[in-house]
Amino acid sequence: MAWFIVKRIAYSLLILLGVTFITYLLLYMIPADPARQIAGRSATAEVVANIRHQLGLDLPFYEQYFRYLVNLVQGDFGRSYVQRSEVATLIEARLGPTLQLMVAGIGFELLIGVTLGIVAALKRNSVLDQLLMAFSFIGVSSPHFIAAMLALYFFAVQLEWFPLGGYGEVKHLMLPAITLGVLGSGWYSRMVRSSMIEVLHQDFIRTARAKGLKRLRVLLRHVLPNAIIPVIPMIGIDIGIFMSGLVVVEAVFGWPGLGQLAWQAIQQVDIPVIVGVTTLSAVAIILGNLVADLAVLFVDPRIDINKS
Amino acid sequence: MTLLTALLRRKAVAIALLYIAIVVVAAIFAPWLAPFDPTQQFFDGLTLEGAPLPPNEEFMLGTDLLGRDLLSRLIYGARTSLIIGIVSNGIAVIIGTLVGITAGFVRGWIGSLLMRLTDLMMAFPALLLAIALAAILRPSLWIVALVIAMVNWVQIARVIYSETISLASKDFVAVERTIGASAKRILFSHLLPHLLPTIMVWATLGISTTVLLEATLSFLGVGVQPPMPSWGNIIFESQTYFTSAVWLVLFPGLAIIALSLSFNLVGDALRDELDPTLKGRL
Amino acid sequence: MKNTLKGFALSALCVAIGGQALAQGTPQPGGEIVVTYQNDVATLDPAIGYDWQNWSMIKSLFDGLMDYEPGTTELKNDLAEHYEISEDGLTYTFTLRPGVTFHNGREMTAADVKYSLERTVNPQTQSPGAGFFSSIEGFDEVSSGEVTELSGISTPDERTVEITLRAPDATFLHVMALNFASVVPKEAVEAAGRDFGKQPVGTGAYMLDEWALGQRLTFVKNEEYFREGIPYIDKIDFEIGQEPNVALMRLQRGEVDIAGDGIPPAQFLQFRDDPEFENLMVVGDQLHTGYMTLNVNIPPLDDVKVRQAINMAINKERIVRVINGRATPANQPLPPAMPGYDESYEGYPYDVEQARALLEEAGYGDGFETELFVMNTDPQPRIAQAIQQDLAQIGIEADITSLAQANVIAAGGEQDQAPLIWSGGMAWIADFPDPSNFWGPILGCEGAVPGGWNWAWYCNEELDARADEANAMVDPDQQEERAELWGEIFTTAMDDAPWVPIFNEQRFTVHSARMGGDDALYVDPVHVPVNYDYIWVK
Repeated sequence: MAWFIVKRIAYSLLILLGVTFITYLLLYMIPADPARQIAGRSATAEVVANIRHQLGLDLPFYEQYFRYLVNLVQGDFGRSYVQRSEVATLIEARLGPTLQLMVAGIGFELLIGVTLGIVAALKRNSVLDQLLMAFSFIGVSSPHFIAAMLALYFFAVQLEWFPLGGYGEVKHLMLPAITLGVLGSGWYSRMVRSSMIEVLHQDFIRTARAKGLKRLRVLLRHVLPNAIIPVIPMIGIDIGIFMSGLVVVEAVFGWPGLGQLAWQAIQQVDIPVIVGVTTLSAVAIILGNLVADLAVLFVDPRIDINKS
Repeated sequence: MTLLTALLRRKAVAIALLYIAIVVVAAIFAPWLAPFDPTQQFFDGLTLEGAPLPPNEEFMLGTDLLGRDLLSRLIYGARTSLIIGIVSNGIAVIIGTLVGITAGFVRGWIGSLLMRLTDLMMAFPALLLAIALAAILRPSLWIVALVIAMVNWVQIARVIYSETISLASKDFVAVERTIGASAKRILFSHLLPHLLPTIMVWATLGISTTVLLEATLSFLGVGVQPPMPSWGNIIFESQTYFTSAVWLVLFPGLAIIALSLSFNLVGDALRDELDPTLKGRL
Repeated sequence: MKNTLKGFALSALCVAIGGQALAQGTPQPGGEIVVTYQNDVATLDPAIGYDWQNWSMIKSLFDGLMDYEPGTTELKNDLAEHYEISEDGLTYTFTLRPGVTFHNGREMTAADVKYSLERTVNPQTQSPGAGFFSSIEGFDEVSSGEVTELSGISTPDERTVEITLRAPDATFLHVMALNFASVVPKEAVEAAGRDFGKQPVGTGAYMLDEWALGQRLTFVKNEEYFREGIPYIDKIDFEIGQEPNVALMRLQRGEVDIAGDGIPPAQFLQFRDDPEFENLMVVGDQLHTGYMTLNVNIPPLDDVKVRQAINMAINKERIVRVINGRATPANQPLPPAMPGYDESYEGYPYDVEQARALLEEAGYGDGFETELFVMNTDPQPRIAQAIQQDLAQIGIEADITSLAQANVIAAGGEQDQAPLIWSGGMAWIADFPDPSNFWGPILGCEGAVPGGWNWAWYCNEELDARADEANAMVDPDQQEERAELWGEIFTTAMDDAPWVPIFNEQRFTVHSARMGGDDALYVDPVHVPVNYDYIWVK
């Protein structure tokens, strides 16, 4: 078991290396010159050349990348070209809000998704079931930015139930988190529904019922725990999907998180920040997948770890 | 075709197919269907102070911020959404299938390498990657399609990979090998036909994702070049106005959601029809 | 009639919409206000900060030798009590005000001024403003990293700074008023190292109290500020990441006092016509021109007739309408608020027929294909599309290439990549209110180099020589003549039509009803956008 985890971690580090390499390479290929951006419009050619030299941008690619890696393993993500602060500080400041949004968002996804899935499974093939499934379909088919804009418009501007974006208290978190929750719940509700239906048909359930156990008890102690299993790896993958969509959601809601940071950095070709955020996102994704895989192994007795 | 009739029997899917058909027709016959030139900026398409017009007699769905007819732009926008949706998804399916089959059939170090590659791609936050790529390459219709394909082939590859492995271990393949059939023959005559349903399902579902991704990229300003209309870039240009000209977000937004939803419904139904054992699973 | 020196003080005064008179009442001390911005404040280091948000914030945290009368473009003494210019115009002697202290308590001396200027020029600081000080003797040696001391600056005693220039420079006093010339205390800079931008220490009216990265900054009143009674306000909370639409709505609800990014176009019309809010909106001129550059190296734009034709084909009124009337059409490179602006100059009229005729003459009666570069942030692509339609009317097919800002700038800096560039979003706003600032980097030969900002690659040596002449006119008595000379330089350049000047954007700031102070302070042409030192709460 421990060996398995070690292997996975080593493998993940390798993937991370690949991510940083490709990101750095892509950014190196961008035609824009960060030195010129920083030097601004009133700079002479010497000033620009100086800045380029200071930042080490006149070095060949592999040297620049190597320097970056050496610093990275020491925990130094470099300094933002634009803000001059350490990338680590910038990321740290914005990590909190993003984590908040992610946890709340996924929390709502699970809450809404699992509940709807259970109800749909219990009432399968009824009108309610069809409506719920339709609802979840619509949710996953909506681009986040449109749903976000419409949600802001209806619930914050027209109805004034929530504040208009911004950050600080729980009430600011509500609208973005619920919106994300509603949108993403579709995957979970469908999965829970089909999983439950499958479990409900299993022999041991029929046996339990035949033994005279109350319906609710069967549901809670036998059906649910088994039905939930497929949901767990999904959470891991969900983290990945979430990280991708951050840029847009944070932009619309004015949420001061990593997404906003990444977007501004891309506009300004602030390479250290872009690489830093991408690496961090990759870590989150890999971690999410790792935890999901491990959780499944623990929870599902049918899978033999040595065979995977 | 019994598949088609089976699909049509479900009401929701029938409506979805109808919508897709409408969009396809709109895309193909845009020059005849659109009431105006989508790039024509009308002087009276704006109020005297430069505000867009809400739906009225002349412009059925209103005008955008440059005084262009929204309905015409929506109709022509169908082309962009469909082309990118189908082309980029097509490329993604082709790449994903090739990678998946090769990795799953050939195994060995090639297979390993390919799967590591997919893991690598999966670790990238898709949107960030797409934005960065679009920043490097000058965006055009085909570049955007390519970028989206680059970000989307991974899922298909993984699914095909695991399917290929399970298929390849089946008896009939062992039999073929015993009688000396070449790898090519096994791949094309035996494996591929079995994989076809999965490919079809994922191809359809994939269009739903690519449509959304294109809209998002356009919304961020890194999509197709203006003045080519795309449902996403109509919203991009109108975002500062969405509280006072909500039609500019509502109509394209609904169009996008409906298209993505339709492909989702059809893909899901296809999955149910073609392989009931997978029902609700993947 | 040409503009006079006094003219630009007047023209910089703003005109409030709705005919409101200048704000009355006496300033009340005290109060806490909330200001919002959308984009993050990158840094508060005066040697580095160069964006919309931090420019006026830095002006409130720091001081320089010179500044401007609040709300105007008239120079006045700041940290310098008075100054003298030598006969030959090469040496400036500044006598410092006594008793000015930094936020950390120490008294400011001449050595601090010398240190600050050297720091800005030092390549290790990576200051975007280093180039402004190139007229100081010793600049080249410091700029190349050979030495760290500027030989042209000397401090005979604690209150005197003597600066010697290589050649007379009429813009020098303006340069001394730039943020890049702000005075910083050496010990604070060395203590904070590269994080000085997040822990600024200056002599200004406000001090930085706290900074929650990406969310909020708080300024508090500097009780020891050398100007009595200034600033009026006790505390300013800057909230970052606020979308302009949202900021405006919060302002209407009383949660926000100043919407730093102004009014988003969508709300503009609504706001302007609403009697309740018309008093809260302030309009001002900016030292800004939005223009399209025509690359004189790329055929057929190398033919002046083609460029003139293009100038006549653009319907500027319509474009101004597309941006909801928040600008005025322009016919020359200089904005109206700038000295040297020629009011009598008519420029190229909007005349499609004549444009077509000119194209015929040049041999392009059938039109031609070309590319128009634009930045990909709204509303720039829209404006580019409006331009595209105008060009199509005379047969020119311009394909739009919409890219991230940095990529457009990179393309413009190459000799043969970008035929047409709409400068919106990257356009020139003057660093200081002097016409020379509009020439050198963007129309002068010095900017027509790889990586330069002269995207038209226009190089007219004769006009450059006249520009140098104008910049040598240091004598205060010559200023009117100098302004006239500059005006001529620009209008003569228009004969070659390297640009299509399209509009001069105005600035609209919104403040809540409880904000007091002259309207000009809310659209201060130098303390862009708001002069925090002089506003007050009713």
